[in-house]
Amino acid sequence: MALMNMVGALNRAMDDALRTDDTVVLLGQDIGQDEGVFRVTADLLRRYGDQRVIDTPLAEGAIVGGAVGMALYGLKPVAEMQFSGFAYQAFHQVEQHMARFHNRTRGRYRMSMVVRMPYGGGIRAVEHHSESRETYYAHTPGLYMVIPSTPRNARALLLESIRSPEPVIFFEPKAVYRSFKEEVPEEPETMELGKAQIARAGTDITFVAYGAMMRPTLEAAEDLADTEGVSAEVVDLLTVSPLDTDTITESVTKTGRVVVIHEGPRTCGIGAEVIARIVERALMHLEAPIKRVTGYDVHFPYFARERAFMPNAERIAHAAREVLAF
Amino acid sequence: MPRKPITVKPKLEYLSILDGEGKVDEKLDPKLDADLAVKIYRFMVLARRMDERCINMQRQGRIGTYGPCRGQEAAHCAASVVMEKEDWIVPAFREPGSFFMRGWPLETILRFWGGYEEGCQPPEGVNDLPIAVPIASQTPHATGIAWGMKIRGAKQAVLCYCGDGGTSEGDFHEGMNFAGAFDLPVVFFVQNNHWAISIPREAQTRSETIAQKAIAYGFDGIQVDGNDPLAVYVATKEAVEKARAGGGPTLIEAVTYRLSMHTTADDPTKYRSQAEVTKWEKLDPIPRYQKYLVKRGMLDQQTIDEIEEDVKAEVAAAEERYEAARDVDPLDCFDYMYTELPQELVEQRQEFAEAIEREGHGHGH
Ligand SMILES: Cc1ncc(C[n+]2csc(CCOP(=O)(O)OP(=O)(O)O)c2C)c(N)n1
Ligand SMILES: [Mg+2]
Repeated sequence: MALMNMVGALNRAMDDALRTDDTVVLLGQDIGQDEGVFRVTADLLRRYGDQRVIDTPLAEGAIVGGAVGMALYGLKPVAEMQFSGFAYQAFHQVEQHMARFHNRTRGRYRMSMVVRMPYGGGIRAVEHHSESRETYYAHTPGLYMVIPSTPRNARALLLESIRSPEPVIFFEPKAVYRSFKEEVPEEPETMELGKAQIARAGTDITFVAYGAMMRPTLEAAEDLADTEGVSAEVVDLLTVSPLDTDTITESVTKTGRVVVIHEGPRTCGIGAEVIARIVERALMHLEAPIKRVTGYDVHFPYFARERAFMPNAERIAHAAREVLAF
Repeated sequence: MPRKPITVKPKLEYLSILDGEGKVDEKLDPKLDADLAVKIYRFMVLARRMDERCINMQRQGRIGTYGPCRGQEAAHCAASVVMEKEDWIVPAFREPGSFFMRGWPLETILRFWGGYEEGCQPPEGVNDLPIAVPIASQTPHATGIAWGMKIRGAKQAVLCYCGDGGTSEGDFHEGMNFAGAFDLPVVFFVQNNHWAISIPREAQTRSETIAQKAIAYGFDGIQVDGNDPLAVYVATKEAVEKARAGGGPTLIEAVTYRLSMHTTADDPTKYRSQAEVTKWEKLDPIPRYQKYLVKRGMLDQQTIDEIEEDVKAEVAAAEERYEAARDVDPLDCFDYMYTELPQELVEQRQEFAEAIEREGHGHGH
């Protein structure tokens, strides 16, 4: 075990992958000599050389399109988008090819590849560096959309994403990159994709969250326990698509009350899908209307206004109190 | 059925007028009148001092991450000065002198990097776009504006900025191709500062020059010494006049150097040598141009000092105006979403207002 932050843990996952599988190749802007703008790829160029850790010119479309080509050829590319806000320049490659090659070649070609990118607000970043647009990818059939929340699960999920035969979009909650540390095993560890986790067990209300929102959600759960003796269960989705409906509905069946939390805009957000599943599978167990604590349907404000804008523990606890009071 | 070289019509040139030592090619010297020549100098100094101030303010936490323009003042100031009021400028994000010259209040730059949408609002009567963060995504907009000019038969032109890294993006090529295909009045101006964060110019493209990319799209390309305001001015002036006269687009590559870090969040020692930076510091456009202006009798020590004093006062005043306007209402993030707010957003706005009230958020920062 070693105590590390999420940056270190993600670095360890890529190191595991590069060391144990010589078809793994990393590519992206500033990932080599500069070690990534967040240093997530620290020391990997030195250890694995420039044929496996590749600094590219500035073109997201060619990074992802090139990665698709590498995957067709039998490599396992791990592409980095410097920020999720610049992955739109590659979106046509994701939607038209990465998500489809397996299906349209009737299984002849696999898209065993990962596109990693930091997402989310809270770091006082300039325009286009704070959005949470996981819905775009969750709405694209054929992809896995994975979002870790802690150093340990980030390491395990990234390593599994690289090893998986599926095309994976891997969102890294950059607000959590260096915000806390966790023990991470030395030995390669993986976690199954498509499985949610109970991050905190409880009986009175279910919180469904993921990524950077896990911290304020857990904080709200603690706060409710301390102040009101409320026992909140917290479901960490980890993979937002395909969604682990069973884990969600099992929890809701037990608690009957739900708050769903995400940073991204409310309309067609992951919360909308979570609630639809609950309504389809566990409606009769609900004891109160469900509430959403999310980003509003506006452009993520520049950072002077972001602190007020972003969902926080207080807002989550407030929504929970309303649901509990119903 | 021969096999022979193909000659293409577009030309590719290099232009330098004032060299690193301050020596001037008399035949090429545009002999600018004193007002214009000193105006360029003044805005170069303003861009430099404002840049230094922004780095300080970032260190003090009063603005966020900032991308400095140090070393690139000649490249963008001597280009933007060519544009008439009715022309349009489409910036990237490392051309603060261009904004100042066009009449954007200095504090708009502080507001942009300070995390305020207000930093993107052009003053009335100024035909410029705000900073574009997604690299090269502004290129097709410049093409579209020029398209409008052509459709409406206006005698206007567009100046579009981009970096060397930006020339790898699809938008850059698509925008250039359309401009060529429709013969539009637009000048693409690449500030080749040798670096795109940590990626050196040589790793960005195998092309020997960026200027030559114009040839592929059927129009002229010119590479200029971007630290030579005279060469930048002459190349831009010719290109803009050609565009206005219906001669179509031009690509200008200004060879310059990013003397500072990519942004205040960057550590350039990870990827480039101090020796390289030192070499380029000797080619700093400001002392070089100052020497030229003094020799031409257009500037003396007293005027140099006065300009410094004026600029200092202007920067200080802008800083004050910035500080005075920092209290903003987070709620107004709803206000410009649509011309009329849809009912569901009215409800969300109300929900946000209640949350702000409950949580006791102050206004802004
Ligand atoms: C589409 C897109 N991809 C990545 C980035 C992140 N980024 C910001 S500046 C930059 C380098 C730009 O280099 P260049 O075009 O040479 O301009 P310079 O920074 O040198 O002025 C990168 C990669 C971005 N802003 N937009
Ligand atoms: Mg550059």
